[in-house]
Amino acid sequence: MLRSSLRQVSAALKEGRVTPTELCQRCLALIKSTKFLNAYITVTEETALKQAEESEKRRKRGQPLGILDGIPIAVKDNFNTAGIETTCASNMLKGYISPYNATVVQKLLDQGAVLLGKTNLDEFAMGSGSTDGVFGPVRNPWSYSKQYKEKSVPKSHSEDEEYNWVITGGSSGGSAAAVSSFTCFAALGSDTGGSTRNPAAHCGVVGLKPTYGLISRHGLIPLVNSMDVPGILTRCVDDAAVLLGSLAGHDPKDSTTIQDDFKPFELPDLPDVSKLSIGIPKEYHAPGLSSEILSLWSKAADLFKNAGAKVVEVSLPHTRYSIVCYHVLCTAEVASNMARFDGLEYGHRSDVKDSTESMYAATRREGFNDVVRGRILSGNYFLLKQNYEKYFVKAQKVRRLIANDFGKVFGSGVDILLTPTTLSDAVPYTEFIQEDNRTRSAQDDILTQAANMAGLPAINVPTALSERGLPVGLQFIGRSFQEKQLLTVAKWFEKQVQFPVIQLEEAERHDNGVFQHQKSASFS
Amino acid sequence: MRVLSLGRWLRAGRVPPREPASRPSGHRHSGHRPQGPPQELPQGPSQKVSVEVLEHLEHLALVDFRDSEGVERLQKAIQFADQLHEVNTDGVEPMDSVLEDRCLYLREDDVTEGNCTKELLENARETVEEYFVAPPGNIPLVKLEGQKTFLQGSK
Repeated sequence: MLRSSLRQVSAALKEGRVTPTELCQRCLALIKSTKFLNAYITVTEETALKQAEESEKRRKRGQPLGILDGIPIAVKDNFNTAGIETTCASNMLKGYISPYNATVVQKLLDQGAVLLGKTNLDEFAMGSGSTDGVFGPVRNPWSYSKQYKEKSVPKSHSEDEEYNWVITGGSSGGSAAAVSSFTCFAALGSDTGGSTRNPAAHCGVVGLKPTYGLISRHGLIPLVNSMDVPGILTRCVDDAAVLLGSLAGHDPKDSTTIQDDFKPFELPDLPDVSKLSIGIPKEYHAPGLSSEILSLWSKAADLFKNAGAKVVEVSLPHTRYSIVCYHVLCTAEVASNMARFDGLEYGHRSDVKDSTESMYAATRREGFNDVVRGRILSGNYFLLKQNYEKYFVKAQKVRRLIANDFGKVFGSGVDILLTPTTLSDAVPYTEFIQEDNRTRSAQDDILTQAANMAGLPAINVPTALSERGLPVGLQFIGRSFQEKQLLTVAKWFEKQVQFPVIQLEEAERHDNGVFQHQKSASFS
Repeated sequence: MRVLSLGRWLRAGRVPPREPASRPSGHRHSGHRPQGPPQELPQGPSQKVSVEVLEHLEHLALVDFRDSEGVERLQKAIQFADQLHEVNTDGVEPMDSVLEDRCLYLREDDVTEGNCTKELLENARETVEEYFVAPPGNIPLVKLEGQKTFLQGSK
């Protein structure tokens, strides 16, 4: 039951084969058993059970609020949740109890979803490993999977398992791990440079980055206002479509959401890709791309070709500058966005009392980690009067060139772009921390963040297991606001590749087979 | 960047990726196959940031560098960002937002929410009645006695 898709379990709830409280309890128990993953910062056991009870009452009356009524979900800890601690994995916000719900959280609650807790992330969503938060790193559930253990070099003692675990990717690693380990049926992440798609690829789940302006950012603690979007993590593409339908639409509280009416859609059961044109951007064959992923990418292109789609090589000439451009724009916006943390109205406050400025400085020194401070200082450097034109405005111009690259390609008849999501499968934590955060981010975001630059929708679809038994995903990038087409292609691809279900001992123990469940059904 | 990624491959004991000379059998189509990796980005000469600018930044950001690693990080960040200057952006307008072709939504100027003083004050550590309490202002940032920042110590 826990390993079902969201739609399957929703049907089970509707038919009374399981109750919301039972489902909630099972998920909470599994969260406890998988505590070593460190996916959750806060588990809201009491409120979750209360929400489940309410849902049960509604379902008994035959008045469910919708498909999400009673479904356990998790939310990344940089979304404000009323009455629940929201920390962004930082000392700056430890103990901060949000006075309001982010719009996306409110929408989920209004439809009866059960909020299980807040998931772990890199501090303030800065990072590509979910390793730099104050609550510690998140462990990839696949590190403990049968598939990974079988491929690992046999060790002499079990302690080595402690050092062998791999990262989830980031920064929404906690959300990805939560969905991947079956503790919830969907999770919210955020995506600024690939923060939803990267961990989705490493954890073998679907990660959707919607078009900028489709989903409200009100209540999402901002990193880069012009690129942030809430991200959706689920176990299959159909579930992502369900979540998208519940969350998308204009929000008067976020003036950067578009005003067009959004019509929730259901994806066709038998998607057809034969009339589409798939673009393969040659610049995405980046240095460092593993030969495994390159080969999967080629095979995927062939799949489309054999299905009758037109597959063409395209060029996005400014791709290699997009990571540099992102670096400048991101640090500049971060410098501005982090200025609100001064200890006066909320969050950590230092004991220094000599002057306002010294209190601010001490608060920020105590509250932020090296990564955040580094980005603030770099951002301020690029925004100095003498550097403004040279760096910030220059980066904005390069941004336009990058967006134009995509515009030209889509304008020439290409419908969807097919690219890898990451350069390799997940690396062991011990290896990951050998390089600093900025270097890692520059390496790991290279394939994902151009989509944020141009505001385009993109999705990671788990494709296959690597030689080491770890998930590898491929990315599809679509035209602005054409999520239906993007998800249709993603669903078709998902059906073709039949990505294996993770074999996790803990999950199997909690799913005591009361409800029959076929492996392949999860991704149908 | 290739140096770093090659280093990672070598540490992991794998062979670094080469140009795709051999293709897996059974694939005849070449039109859509991605070609070899593009040229490595040249690294420009690094300009050392002066201590005055570093101090200025610390003051603007109200965040300190803490140690030489912090300063090194900034140097590397600048060096990385310098690659932007290779791109020809003559006649290109800067892009603020991807939604620049649309009008921002402006709602009617009616009061729809508020009266939440209690909730807003709850999260502040020091309050007096309905005020947030701050230490005295208009005092320039002075280092605490006996505590020099890294930069001051290096002068």
